[in-house]
Amino acid sequence: MQMPLPDAGVLARKDRLVARLSQVLPPVALIDDPAETRAYECDALTAYRCAPMLAVLPSSTQEVSDVLRICHEEGVPVVPRGSGTSLAGGALPTADSVILGVARMNAVLETDYDNRFIRVQTGRTNLSVTGAVEEESFFYAPDPSSQLACAIAGNIAMNSGGAHCLKYGVTTNNLMGVTLVQMDGTVVELGGAHLDAGGLDLLGVICGSEGQLGVVTEATLRILRKPEGARPVLMGFDESEVAGACVSDIIKAGVLPVAIEFMDRPCIRATEAFAHAGYPDCEALLIIEVEGSDPEIAHQLTLIKEIAARHHPVELREAADEDEAGRIWLGRKSAFGAMGQINDYMCLDGTIPVSSLPMVLRRIGEMSKEFGLDVGNVFHAGDGNMHPLILFDANKPGDLEICEAFGAEILKLCVEVGGCLTGEHGVGVEKRDLMLFQYDLVDLEAQLTVKDVFDPAWLLNPAKVFPLEVTETRRARPKAAA
Amino acid sequence: MTGGVAPRAPQSILTKKKMMMTPQSEADLCDAVWQAEGPLAIRGGGTRLTGQAGEPLSVAGLSGITLYDPGALTMVAQAGTPLAEIETALASENQRLAFEPMDHRALLGTAGAPSIGGIFAANVSGPRRVQVGAARDFLLGVRYVDGMGQAIKNGGRVMKNVTGYDLVKLMAGSWGTLGVLSEVSFKVLPRPETEATLRFAVGGVEAAVRLLSAALGAPYEVSGAGYDPAQGAALLRIEGFADSVAYRAGKLSTLLGAAGAVDLVDDPAKSALLWAAVRDVAPFRDALGDVWRISCKPSQAPELAARLEAEALLFDWGGGLIWALVPEGSDLRARAGTYDGHATLMRAAPETRVQLGMFQPQPAPLAAIEAGLRAKFDPRGIFNPGLMG
Repeated sequence: MQMPLPDAGVLARKDRLVARLSQVLPPVALIDDPAETRAYECDALTAYRCAPMLAVLPSSTQEVSDVLRICHEEGVPVVPRGSGTSLAGGALPTADSVILGVARMNAVLETDYDNRFIRVQTGRTNLSVTGAVEEESFFYAPDPSSQLACAIAGNIAMNSGGAHCLKYGVTTNNLMGVTLVQMDGTVVELGGAHLDAGGLDLLGVICGSEGQLGVVTEATLRILRKPEGARPVLMGFDESEVAGACVSDIIKAGVLPVAIEFMDRPCIRATEAFAHAGYPDCEALLIIEVEGSDPEIAHQLTLIKEIAARHHPVELREAADEDEAGRIWLGRKSAFGAMGQINDYMCLDGTIPVSSLPMVLRRIGEMSKEFGLDVGNVFHAGDGNMHPLILFDANKPGDLEICEAFGAEILKLCVEVGGCLTGEHGVGVEKRDLMLFQYDLVDLEAQLTVKDVFDPAWLLNPAKVFPLEVTETRRARPKAAA
Repeated sequence: MTGGVAPRAPQSILTKKKMMMTPQSEADLCDAVWQAEGPLAIRGGGTRLTGQAGEPLSVAGLSGITLYDPGALTMVAQAGTPLAEIETALASENQRLAFEPMDHRALLGTAGAPSIGGIFAANVSGPRRVQVGAARDFLLGVRYVDGMGQAIKNGGRVMKNVTGYDLVKLMAGSWGTLGVLSEVSFKVLPRPETEATLRFAVGGVEAAVRLLSAALGAPYEVSGAGYDPAQGAALLRIEGFADSVAYRAGKLSTLLGAAGAVDLVDDPAKSALLWAAVRDVAPFRDALGDVWRISCKPSQAPELAARLEAEALLFDWGGGLIWALVPEGSDLRARAGTYDGHATLMRAAPETRVQLGMFQPQPAPLAAIEAGLRAKFDPRGIFNPGLMG
């Protein structure tokens, strides 16, 4: 994976930049000591590291605006950062960049139950948004598995999903408005506490733009009343084809569970060894969760069990109480940790049409043998979002490269069957060089022109999302101070 | 009512001299756009005539369902495919378009037949928008032709996709001003077993919005929340399995019964008719005057509605959507003043539309971004020029 070489001119302007930034930021918010900037050298894609030139931690929209205006005038690239949990390298710095972290901006600005929204500063963590409204039995629906740590800013940048988006949608479906600071320091408001923002759907294009169009400092989020209850059922199958057919039949029968999770045998075995959740040793395991009142849950589970029975599951286990529900989810929630116990792993995120699931799993198994690396599959089966976990040894020379090549082949397969490279993690640097497998140049060009409008100098997170050779002339555009 | 005129379709007057271009393939559409020498008036099914000047370009020739995968809840269709054809196919698998697009024909006095491309281009959603989201939330992928006649794709046919920028959302609701949709892929949902409506006798907008907010904030999955002041009736829709609908209707009656006398419409056909009337703004259909559509914060609806000097009002989305019937030619936006939301002029005489504009003008920094995007997507400024800004 290549990153652009640092711009010597920008590095030479560091002292002037620090002097200017110190006029708009308190000392605590400006980090220029190389020992401290190293804390920002990577996000959760730890295979790639590079300390930034500076890191700034503003505490208000005004400070963000001041920082961006100065960096714009000085021609310095800026890499926005939420909590640094990106698995795609979305917050990976370059040596000539300023990391703009929003972690200090974590306040709840407004809570409105009558109109069912909350307005927060975007450094706030995902789970603490729900935490702020839980007392009134409300919640914020998108639930990425990093929700304890990940920030709303990053959720918006990557349009994060989660296990429950089959029913509640992903970030973009729950985002009503944002305060956005453009690279030149201009502050704009998009949407608000009403539905369907006026004009072009700029909110829709900001969400998922990976910090390349502006820095989102505040967000208005839809909150929902918690359902009366929820209960999972677990079922095991001898063949993944059968599990896939069962999922399809359940959906076609008109039941809409909030979550349908899938695990394959390598993942089940690793999880059992680690978490002892009592999962059956079988080829494919489904966890299906439904919501509502007790009688509603019972009715939906009866239907699901009837459908499942037609597919002859090797095991079918319904949670009788909270404790059993917790045990059913325990293994799934431990899956990544369990795989991590075995070895280093790379977590992929391609999405496929659900009907292609059996074929894709079979091909991944074959490729696993070809590349000589083990792989386990955890999967949001309702929406086709796969998470193959490829195991490798980071200390073994060449293993990472083999793993990356294997991952790239899996993602190309996802695209071939009608899916996409990434369902909820984002492109970042990880999938950047695969973009031309999904899109033609003319398709990418349309996306690049959007960045041209929001950030004509190409200073915001410029080395991400698109292959470097595609963005080369744009990134080389003359900057204000150069 | 004074000075009112019947709803009409000025488009036919402005453009009847021009021949309609109806390309039969995406490649033909590319050629038609590339060869255009002046403004184009982009048309889907022709049910929302915008008074747009220019050579009419219809996508009606691009028609047909390309792919339907009921087990994956997805469909792909060419942009000109009639809505009726799509709904028939979905019904055969007991599925539907959950965002419940309204039919504008009766309200606007138009003919034509709604097309799937037009629905997404105008981001047309109905009462269920308050629960499941807007048309744009269901749009998974697009193919479109830009102002240079290039065919471009974005998104795909899977439900979770964050690969590159989301131009799918940008195209939804852009009213053909950024590109001409040629194909759309979208998410569909199961059709519930049954539905019922609770009708509360409520006096006044404030009490009604309070009731609707309480219902939407309860854990009973209300899929429609409207208020018709003419009838003094607040409506709540509940959908799902029969037992569950009965259970939730009971819970809501108990929770909200103090607000007004309750009447349960549990015949699904009768319930559906009530919501078709809300969706299509049936009470305004034969009334004279201009029609405005206002999106606002629900709790602001009562005071906002009072400022509008409307002849008649209809509320949807728990108060977050206000339909206002006002005397012809009057500037509702000026009376509304500042609030969290915006107003769209849906029906008026051509001179009123020219004078007031269909869409609420955007603040300067947003207008600058939008102008920048138009200059990139449609550098010659030929797609429905002036319609949105």
